[in-house]
Amino acid sequence: MKISAIVTLKDDVLDPQGKVVNQTLKNMGYTNITNVRQGKYFEIELNESNEEKAKKTAHEICKKLLINTVIEDYKIYLK
Amino acid sequence: MKSSVIVFPGSNCDRDIAVALDKFNIKNQMVWHDETDLPKSDLVVLPGGFSFGDYLRTGCIASKSKIIKSVIDHASKGGLLLGICNGFQILIETSLLPGALLRNKKLKFISKNVYLKVTNSNNIFCLGYKKKDIIKFPIAHNEGNYFAKNDIIKNLEDKNLIAFKYCDNKGVINIHSNPNGSSNNIAGILNKNKNVLGLMPHPERAIDPLLSSIDGSIMFKSLIQ
Repeated sequence: MKISAIVTLKDDVLDPQGKVVNQTLKNMGYTNITNVRQGKYFEIELNESNEEKAKKTAHEICKKLLINTVIEDYKIYLK
Repeated sequence: MKSSVIVFPGSNCDRDIAVALDKFNIKNQMVWHDETDLPKSDLVVLPGGFSFGDYLRTGCIASKSKIIKSVIDHASKGGLLLGICNGFQILIETSLLPGALLRNKKLKFISKNVYLKVTNSNNIFCLGYKKKDIIKFPIAHNEGNYFAKNDIIKNLEDKNLIAFKYCDNKGVINIHSNPNGSSNNIAGILNKNKNVLGLMPHPERAIDPLLSSIDGSIMFKSLIQ
């Protein structure tokens, strides 16, 4: 089974990279862009056919390794 | 006093700290991250550098390495634990210290001497300093922007767990003397029992007049007092 995880900074955490991308897009003429936040994307393949079990593992590895709970949130998607 | 310096792939201040410890007659041993047992140590140091290439998040992979369990045991028994720069980032990732270290506010690697105010001298690392002393240490980091939720910052302030704050040469603590955007100009913090210190600036690079500052010597002298 394939699982993807999207990691984003929490709303109250400053994201200077996102800000720079936002500003650059505006400079390029995309004046309708209002905000950009930069994050990370993981694709995880695991040997598990049970969806619930796979989800449980994915949540665990996100919390234990992939994210820093102080500053980041995540979402997982099964494929 | 006996110490262990933990060496990770990508550590690059491990020898600097070893030279500093040796200079102050602290008997040091280098310990590879893949070991499981610590040699008998009063002090464990997590050195600066770029452990595991800063993959995933700075200090993250190192915080999961084999030796870390023994390091946490050492600290939980009251043993001294010092994390400098990447070592501070590792301490944060192990949750021995609270908060997070984000990328510098201006997204630039900063390598320069900065002034610090000693905001807590009532701990074994800083006994030789006086509170409000202004000292000069070098910094060299890309992710040193200390961040934590307001209640955590308040707790650090209220319980006097902030050891050092960035200031200017006159001791003024404000946005202009803040090199990296850290909350409340925080440069180094202690755990509740004050046996764990994490800081971004490098005391081990400030122990010789040739290195433009000797203010770091006082930290090592404090340890052997």
